Amino acid sequence: MGPTTTFPYLTTLVLLPAGAAVACAVMPRSMGERAQRRAVLAVGTLAMVAALALAVTIAVEFRVGDGGYQMQSVHQWMPQLGVSWHLGVDGISLFLLLMAAVLFPLALLGATVRQKSRSYVVWLLVLEAACMGSFVSLDLILFFVFFELTLVPVYFIIVGWGSGRRAYAAVKFFLYTFLGSAFLLVGIVAVAVIHDQQTGHLTFDLVALQSTHLGLASQILLFLAFTAAFAVKAPIFPFHTWSPDAYSSSPTGGAVILAAVMAKLGTYGVIRFDLTLFPRAVVDLAPVLLTLGVIGILYGAIVACAQRDLKRLVAYSSLAHIGFIVLGTFALSTEAVTGGVLQMVNHGLVTAALFLLIGWIWDRRRTWRTDELRGLQRPAPILAAMFTVVMMASIGLPGLNGFVGEFLVLAGTFLTHRWWAVVATTGVVLAAVYLLWAFQRVFHHAPGPEDEHTRDLGWRETAVMVPLVGLIIFLGVYPKPVLDRITPTVTALVHHVDVATGRVQPLVANGGVAAAASTAATAATGGTRAGTAASAPTAACRHHGQSAWVDGRRVVCHVAVTTSTRRLP
Amino acid sequence: MIHLAYLLPLLPLVGGSVLAVGGRRLGEPLAGWLGTGTVLGSFVITCIEFAALLGRSGPGGRSVVQVLWSWIPVGGLQVHVTFLVDPLSMTMALFVTGISALIHLYSIGYMHGDPDFPKFFTYLNLFVASMLLLVLGGNMLITFVGWEGVGACSYWLISFWFQRDSAASAGKKAFIYNRVGDVGFLLAMFLVFEKTGSLDYRVVFAHLHAFGPASATAVCLLLFLAAAGKSAQIPLFPWLADAMEGPTPVSALIHAATMVTAGVYLMCRFNPMLALSHDAQLVVASVGAATAFVAATIGATQHDIKKVLAYSTVSQLGYMFLAVGTGAYQAAIFLMVAHAFYKGLLFLGAGSVIHAMDDEQDLLRMGNLRRYLKLTSATFAVAWLAIAGIPPLSGFWAKGDVLDNAFAFNKALWAVGLVTAALTAYYLSRLMAMAFFGDERWRQAFPTPAGVAAASAGDAGAGTGHGTPGTATHGAGHGVGHSGEPHEGPWVMGLPLVVLSVLALLGGALNLPWHPSWDPLGWLTPVFGTRLFDAHLSSSTQWVLGVVDTVMALIGLGIALPLWTRDVQRPRLEPAFLRRAWLIDTAIDTTVSRPGTLLARFAATVLDVRIIDGAVNGTARLTGMLGSGLRRAQTGFVRQYALGIVLGMVALLAYMASRVWM
Repeated sequence: MGPTTTFPYLTTLVLLPAGAAVACAVMPRSMGERAQRRAVLAVGTLAMVAALALAVTIAVEFRVGDGGYQMQSVHQWMPQLGVSWHLGVDGISLFLLLMAAVLFPLALLGATVRQKSRSYVVWLLVLEAACMGSFVSLDLILFFVFFELTLVPVYFIIVGWGSGRRAYAAVKFFLYTFLGSAFLLVGIVAVAVIHDQQTGHLTFDLVALQSTHLGLASQILLFLAFTAAFAVKAPIFPFHTWSPDAYSSSPTGGAVILAAVMAKLGTYGVIRFDLTLFPRAVVDLAPVLLTLGVIGILYGAIVACAQRDLKRLVAYSSLAHIGFIVLGTFALSTEAVTGGVLQMVNHGLVTAALFLLIGWIWDRRRTWRTDELRGLQRPAPILAAMFTVVMMASIGLPGLNGFVGEFLVLAGTFLTHRWWAVVATTGVVLAAVYLLWAFQRVFHHAPGPEDEHTRDLGWRETAVMVPLVGLIIFLGVYPKPVLDRITPTVTALVHHVDVATGRVQPLVANGGVAAAASTAATAATGGTRAGTAASAPTAACRHHGQSAWVDGRRVVCHVAVTTSTRRLP
Repeated sequence: MIHLAYLLPLLPLVGGSVLAVGGRRLGEPLAGWLGTGTVLGSFVITCIEFAALLGRSGPGGRSVVQVLWSWIPVGGLQVHVTFLVDPLSMTMALFVTGISALIHLYSIGYMHGDPDFPKFFTYLNLFVASMLLLVLGGNMLITFVGWEGVGACSYWLISFWFQRDSAASAGKKAFIYNRVGDVGFLLAMFLVFEKTGSLDYRVVFAHLHAFGPASATAVCLLLFLAAAGKSAQIPLFPWLADAMEGPTPVSALIHAATMVTAGVYLMCRFNPMLALSHDAQLVVASVGAATAFVAATIGATQHDIKKVLAYSTVSQLGYMFLAVGTGAYQAAIFLMVAHAFYKGLLFLGAGSVIHAMDDEQDLLRMGNLRRYLKLTSATFAVAWLAIAGIPPLSGFWAKGDVLDNAFAFNKALWAVGLVTAALTAYYLSRLMAMAFFGDERWRQAFPTPAGVAAASAGDAGAGTGHGTPGTATHGAGHGVGHSGEPHEGPWVMGLPLVVLSVLALLGGALNLPWHPSWDPLGWLTPVFGTRLFDAHLSSSTQWVLGVVDTVMALIGLGIALPLWTRDVQRPRLEPAFLRRAWLIDTAIDTTVSRPGTLLARFAATVLDVRIIDGAVNGTARLTGMLGSGLRRAQTGFVRQYALGIVLGMVALLAYMASRVWM
């Protein structure tokens, strides 16, 4: 257990939206419909902005270069059952917290609902508390409680404010994810019981359970139980079919949170729990999961090409992007896993922006079918411009955030699982196909009679979009502050997997130029002293940034002066 | 002064951003002048940098890296935002900024009256910024940023008049074809990183020993895939002809002078790697020669003035790759610069014609324009003779360099190149004859807009593929209208024509042996070394080859000029197979696009809904049936699931317990 910080940042972060939810719920009905609506919105916004401020503070206070859990708070909860209130943040969860804290207020302000505002805001606040709690829980039961708690608000948001076949979509979503969670609960209890058998100490604390000795067969079974829940939640192919229905039936705010934040609970769970608890199963089953990831990338993109409904299109594009995250996670090189974590944040921002934009198109035209929309760029240039930036980020245009994550994932995967990376890379072509196709249908061409008077974005909508677009550009141009905080944790995690399984990721992944040079040198002399080479480059890479430039000798230029001139005498 | 390098892309980037936010407020002429000004500023700074670089001595001294910030630092992968200022990047930057400034200026006149005038300059400025990132990038990833940036700008500019479906589709097509090439670029980067642990050019080229023959070939061919996408080589060239849907200054700048040469630049940058793989060199040279020939045959049969020029560009790019493949990198760069001059000039001249003819692009409706467009025809003629390879214009020297190297490398490739040279002279003389000589056919074709529309509707089925002339928004303040005779545009359009024609005329002097000390392109030697074949050619051979080139050019010119001046209806010389671009577009459509669409539809409607989701719903229904069967014992769903959870837990616990105890 690490030291607890003086101020319980994480506990506050979880309890703040929960408290606000209670405040909104008990707000007296006597104050009148409109006044109540305004008060609820104010309280909700205030709480979410305060949570954002708190998350920013956490990011500022976060110690760079420390790969362990920080700002932990540990309290007894149910000691006889071994359950404790153990929260902590590390490089993997830090930016998911921040992303969620950014997206909740934007989802609230960007997509207000007309009726029953109070319960809507209450559910959103509960959802925020549950999401934050899931990202910082270091106790398995605590995590499970928060993880399950997210289902309830989403169910009610879809049923209460959704559209289309919302009851079907909500029930399907609920039952499907709930079924996955049943396996998770069984897995959690099994791990704790085995740990209890070995040590005589019943605990659900992740840090303690990490040292449990598990045979390969039990690791694989437990891995499958945990991953069942996460694969449905993410969703990973082929457990994705609830998502197009749920996303397209949700109200805009629900879709934003569902796709941008809650999907990350699945991929986060895989990295946090599977990699930590079952490293051998992860390494053994990596080819299977990598294959599912690659299939997700290609299959999601191909199915997206055939969609005529913008929301379903984004749902399938999400499947493709989640595929990249899965690929990065199971490629198990520093670059790939870091890229996967970054891609979670990127995908959250981009998907949220897309769903907001699509929601605003719905507000104006009451449709999101691409064959009923035409030429919107002429009447709504700002909407089109925002859509273009977000679309390009989703396609992976360098300079915007999506590229950095995708590049890291693919480059890192290439090191450990070359052919999966090669196939996945072709996905970048397909992403361009379906998004440009949709963009052309909706925004290009001369506008039809109904499209001609489509309202452009108002100041409020623009104000919601600007921070998202700003983050999309910032993370594309200067992701270093983010990467510097993610990498130490990921390095430690990959090292943990390596130690537990005896596998070694390629030296170049951590060593860079120096490692490549030493590998080439040992290969040249015929020696295989990988063991000694492993430590040297790690030390060298700390100074790599500078030394590479200074040392970069030029052997390119040879002598001689003759040119290729046609020399007429 | 090298530390100013960052300003080169920054100026147009700032210009583009300002125009994006406040362009509408700046209004028509001002937005254009701002855009032109930033690029002109970049040009001036490039000149300063160029001089500063010349002032340094020694082969190593002329290669300076500017590190701006750490971009992607993860473990062993340390990517910085760096600019490499060396002879190659400066040569590229010099002609890119110079020509961009001229074409910005020209656009102020050409785009006059367009409602999206400021947006045009936004994209144009962003394009210049991306192009400069591409050529200045100190590592593969920065080059890739520029590479993708120019692709995105090209997409926006081709579909600039997006009300036209053909324009919107053409932009999309260009982006997707480029994306196919980008897969090669990405994979090449992954492989280079795996082998060397770095993407920095200087580090990579210092660790070439890490590459075996197979991996060197793989990297070169993957990069060539990227280059083939960007520079429109077989089989990825169909997008460039469609790209002519964009405004003509865009075609001149992006799809002739600068962006499409990025592939050639990339291969030149990787010359140390290419030298390791003779196989890759042979592939590059062969594809280049084949593309040069194929595109020339297509160009000889098109009726749309811009399509002729587009295929001509593809053909000339083929020559450049022929040079790259033969190891004659200086010849490739020489041809690239000379081509930028005369092809830019040809496009601007064509723009001037189109502008004067009120957005008419069909050569069949032109003729005898030399009487009305004096300046345009004079400057166009310079470019025509230059590209045809008539001495002493720039094209003769540049193309001659390439062919001499090909002669020394491989006689078959040289023969293809030589035939193509004759074809080049032929198709441009044909264009010249149809547009500027012969009868004034536009007098019959012009009468009423309705007639024009009807005629173009009739032609659309003929498969000549010329663009739909005119749009509702464009052409409002253009040219002459339907009443008068065609006349020249304003001075902002004339000046670039004059400057470029002087350059096209004298550009050959860049590489002429006036004096032993006069050797401007020789300063590229530190980058390229001397892997040149024509160094072995005797001077008499060079003389003979020069004469052969000239004769071939004169043959092409001599056949086409009288033939097409007399009559323009010669269907026997325009077989449908060639007019439809060797059916490559159709082939790609039937083998990739249509099956792809079918696959997508199958996946979406059958695989996803019926099979995968069907299995999910089927399981649910089965559970439901089971539930209603068990309803006598159990009431309600929640308990069932709770029971399921408990039973599952018990089973797993029992299993675990048995493993521990036994």
